Amino acid sequence: MNNNLLWIFISACLVNNFTLYYFLGLCPFFGVSGRLKTAFRLGLATIFVMVITSLCASFLNAFILPHAPYLKLISFIVVIASTVQFVEMVIKKISPALFRALGIFLPLITTNCAILYLALTQVKQDYNVLEGLIFAVGAGVGFTIALVLMAGIREEAEISTVPAVIKGTALNMIIAGLLSLAFMGFAGLFSAA
Amino acid sequence: MNQAKHPSQLYAEFIKGIWKENPVFVAVLGMCPMLAVTNSAINGLAMGAATTFVLVCSSLLVSSLRKFIPKQVRITTYIIIIASFVTIVDYVLKAAFPGTHKDLGAFIQLIVVNCLILGRQEAFASRNTPIKALMDALGMSIGFTFALFCLGATREILGNGSIFDISLFGDNFEPWVIMILPPGGFLMLGMILLFFNWLQQRKQHKLQARAREVMS
Repeated sequence: MNNNLLWIFISACLVNNFTLYYFLGLCPFFGVSGRLKTAFRLGLATIFVMVITSLCASFLNAFILPHAPYLKLISFIVVIASTVQFVEMVIKKISPALFRALGIFLPLITTNCAILYLALTQVKQDYNVLEGLIFAVGAGVGFTIALVLMAGIREEAEISTVPAVIKGTALNMIIAGLLSLAFMGFAGLFSAA
Repeated sequence: MNQAKHPSQLYAEFIKGIWKENPVFVAVLGMCPMLAVTNSAINGLAMGAATTFVLVCSSLLVSSLRKFIPKQVRITTYIIIIASFVTIVDYVLKAAFPGTHKDLGAFIQLIVVNCLILGRQEAFASRNTPIKALMDALGMSIGFTFALFCLGATREILGNGSIFDISLFGDNFEPWVIMILPPGGFLMLGMILLFFNWLQQRKQHKLQARAREVMS
């Protein structure tokens, strides 16, 4: 594994896009991608939670986990849940409209597997604090890109005529499949590295 | 939704998760692990077994403790209960089946955030007796495992020309490599959902036709 910071960023963001390559965070990916604006803001909220989680995971990994490795999952999930609670309160205070638009998907960031996966991978790869941060930002940006692309396509798909039988989740799945196919093209970016 | 009131309806709680309310094909829950690990039939089954254990144990525990869990912190409590069982599965798999554990990678640990499990705790186990919760959890897990197996088997057959590592078509078969790569997961699940929609639509048309016949 090349520990170059740029490589970590590009890899998390495009080549191994969390959503389209690892199938992480699919619930918000399909749930919130109806409207472009909401999708973008949920993306930002997710980036924020990811960055905080990454910092906390580095801290836990350095001080707590060497003494109690079996607490890894539990401690990570508690950190994530509290961060999400915090973000929820902030958004509710700053922008009640956005709070309503995100609805159930805001607390559900807790069960966004992308975030737990981020923390686990970061510990597994032994990233230091800086590398972890870059990794988190890259993953968050990648998630946001996927979400926004999907929302854009879905807004278009809504006004076009499709057979009734394919409407809904089936159509979204196939769109996601094509997007994922497109993202596989990025695998060529760093073939030399 | 079936509201079972007496023991004779336990069977209904059990059976609904397998087909009528299948968590994957009908409710579209728990997609993240299911798309990621289903590039072969055996991985699908292993993931299904792990999820079954976690779902059944946590449903039992949550429904037994449902009177003691304060409402405000219930989600956190559920998550911690689930995380404990996942830790057990993770360590057991690592010791007993290191190969499978490596194949599934982080996705065993990600069972914690499988929305299917948390959803069942919130929607069912926290409101029902342990025995009913057990039936519900068993039904849902079998439905989930069945879906994982279907997806894994079709992807392995098309993408690798084999099932359970047994070659099916001989040497002349050109495997659809795309099916075992990530996009194949999305496409295949899309196709399966399409098929389910089609079944449902056909059923509706039949019902309407019959209603018209009765009317005339």
